[in-house]
Amino acid sequence: MAFAAPKETYSGKVYSVTVGTGDKAVTFGGENVLSFHSFEGSTPNRPLIAFEIQDIPPADWPENVQKPYAAVSGDPVTWAKYCQDELNARAVALRLVGTHPDRENRSPEDAVKTVKDVLAAINIPLIILGSNHSEKDTSVLIAVAEAAKDKNCIIGKAQESNYKTIAAAAMANNHKLVAMSELDINLSKQLNILITQMGFDKERLITDPMCSALGYGLEYTYSVMERIRLAALTQNDVTMQQPMMGDVGMYVWKVKETQAAEADLPHWGSTEERGILWEAETATALLIAGAELLIMRHPRAVAAVEKVIDELV
Amino acid sequence: MALSGVEIFKLLPKTNCKKCGHPTCLAFAMKLAQRQASLDSCPDVSEEAKKVLGEASAPPIRAITIGSGDKAVKMGEETVLFRHDKKFVHPAAFAVEVKDTASADEIAALCSNVVGSEIDRVGQKLRIDAICITNASGDAGKFEAAAKTVAEKAAGVPVILNTTDAAAAEAAGKIFTGNKPVIYGANASNAEAMAAAAKNCKAILGVAANGLDELSELTEKVKGFGVEDIVMDSGARNSKEIIEHNTLIRRAAIKKGFKPFGYPVISFAQREDAMQEALVASVAVAKYAAIIVLSSMERWKNLALFTLRQNIYTDPQVPMQVEQKVYALGDVKPESPLFITTNFSLTYFIVSGEIENSKVPSRLAVMDCEGLSVLTAWAAGKFTASKIAQFITDSGIEKEIASKELIIPGYVAILSGSIEEKLPGWKITVGPREANALPAFLRSR
Repeated sequence: MAFAAPKETYSGKVYSVTVGTGDKAVTFGGENVLSFHSFEGSTPNRPLIAFEIQDIPPADWPENVQKPYAAVSGDPVTWAKYCQDELNARAVALRLVGTHPDRENRSPEDAVKTVKDVLAAINIPLIILGSNHSEKDTSVLIAVAEAAKDKNCIIGKAQESNYKTIAAAAMANNHKLVAMSELDINLSKQLNILITQMGFDKERLITDPMCSALGYGLEYTYSVMERIRLAALTQNDVTMQQPMMGDVGMYVWKVKETQAAEADLPHWGSTEERGILWEAETATALLIAGAELLIMRHPRAVAAVEKVIDELV
Repeated sequence: MALSGVEIFKLLPKTNCKKCGHPTCLAFAMKLAQRQASLDSCPDVSEEAKKVLGEASAPPIRAITIGSGDKAVKMGEETVLFRHDKKFVHPAAFAVEVKDTASADEIAALCSNVVGSEIDRVGQKLRIDAICITNASGDAGKFEAAAKTVAEKAAGVPVILNTTDAAAAEAAGKIFTGNKPVIYGANASNAEAMAAAAKNCKAILGVAANGLDELSELTEKVKGFGVEDIVMDSGARNSKEIIEHNTLIRRAAIKKGFKPFGYPVISFAQREDAMQEALVASVAVAKYAAIIVLSSMERWKNLALFTLRQNIYTDPQVPMQVEQKVYALGDVKPESPLFITTNFSLTYFIVSGEIENSKVPSRLAVMDCEGLSVLTAWAAGKFTASKIAQFITDSGIEKEIASKELIIPGYVAILSGSIEEKLPGWKITVGPREANALPAFLRSR
């Protein structure tokens, strides 16, 4: 029996999104097949990994992922430049975690200054993320979106409770926008519809269906991503054709497996290698499921995933 | 491939005799197509129809078991391409490679690592499942010696005998007769001899092709030599090929009923760098490999790979559950706080993770609610005041704690009064609604 390769052609396609300006602008998405299925369609762009930095020193990060940034993380500008110049980052994701009311409760004006300083120091694309405090993010993200006007950043995250103001700010200042919902394909679709009904261009949106770490619900994120992507491709559903984001580092570096000391759990092996692999493996699984944009922390985890992407593209 | 009702109808006697219990042959055919009836109920069916229908009802990917006894690993029988459609059936087996150029001591050390690789995670025992002995020396004697060492030092662990030398395969395979080894290395030039070796050792035959066209010819060829149990290597070695080949194989087998690809796949993920090897193996776990060959088994790498395999092979319809009991998080003392939640594994992981992050030693009572999350369990009547009271009483936890205070999830604040009624002497405190507020909650106490 001769083998005829059962290749699939799909009616739908993922939008391609460009972020940043000038020669360092990066485009991701754009494929008309499942992830890395270049044998049956077009996969024009490589997924993008952004290095996560934050506006305050990462005292809450586990030691093994603080260490690589020990000399630079006291100041977000130095930190961003280090990622760009020393780690060859293709993008940086600045999380304004210091604005959270339970943290330093920094003001929108403080956040604006940080964003302006970081933008002045780097020429690679910048992703600007709030502290995930729905109310505070509204005021902070409006202010920073304006401060970064025309820099073609990604602003996030817009959620059901606060999307109106954040989407309006992203739209007025020519940014891309992350829309996040909680692990449910229907909620994700609904939020995309609500945002586009405001007049926000559907091709400027990025979907975050909510990340989970390896061993802590990764299978939920994995399957929601697969289902969203299949809806985009097989049903040509324009409300689900946005590229997807995995906010990997934040979720991974709080689980036990990335922190527990080898002395306490010898059968788990080296804490440092374990943490790095936990991040890299979570990221790899999400790439396979459909993510095109990953936010990651450990330089070695990023390097390992970039290397596996080299194999995949 | 499954036949439609009409296709089955064409094969039936079309007498409408009703002996099968159905009013017409067409009605019976429809039930057969839905697998709600058995062909045995038709007394007049032809041998021809039995054969065709029998083949059509065989699983699209053959069930194969490597090894025997409690360490045996089942594979095959997969029915879908995406885990959200239906559970992936048999978790991929991890095999670690040992070369016969290694010394007997090195091989023995590897065996003891394999035997000691078992880890318990969410009630499942996870381990390196098999050993792949590679005939790197090209010498049959060395291969057999290595196989003997493995048989002795890792007794009962399933093996893959990796050689293209049929005589060497047979000599080593004899050591494992009765333990269903895989003899891997059949190619276009040695297929007949390898097939004979596999049959003589009652082994599974692993075919090694260079691309999918050659693979389909090869499985047909060895089947022609009478081998039924086959595992397939398409020749894919990098991540891109693993996705492409394994996807096309799975689609062809399941959606097209392409019999030459109706066998489990073996993927080789070995890399110099352990981190890179883990990521290539992760691609293979996600994309349909039944056996994944690794070159090393660092404990941190094992843990991550076992966990990914567990995640991917979890039944999407059945929530993962953790054992009902009172968990001690950190170095608990009698005065440490006591929380209660349900036994949905994600709920447990998130709540226990946040408590651990707070660095406040606490007890977490996890109650069996059939794997439902807090609100769902409450709505379903499984997380009620009387059930919570019963569980706390039965747990005997009050003997271990200084003050009888129970912290309940904020989402079920409504239960606090009735739990207090049913647990006399206890103080019920309403905790936060979301787990991420637990550290602040604990700090403020």
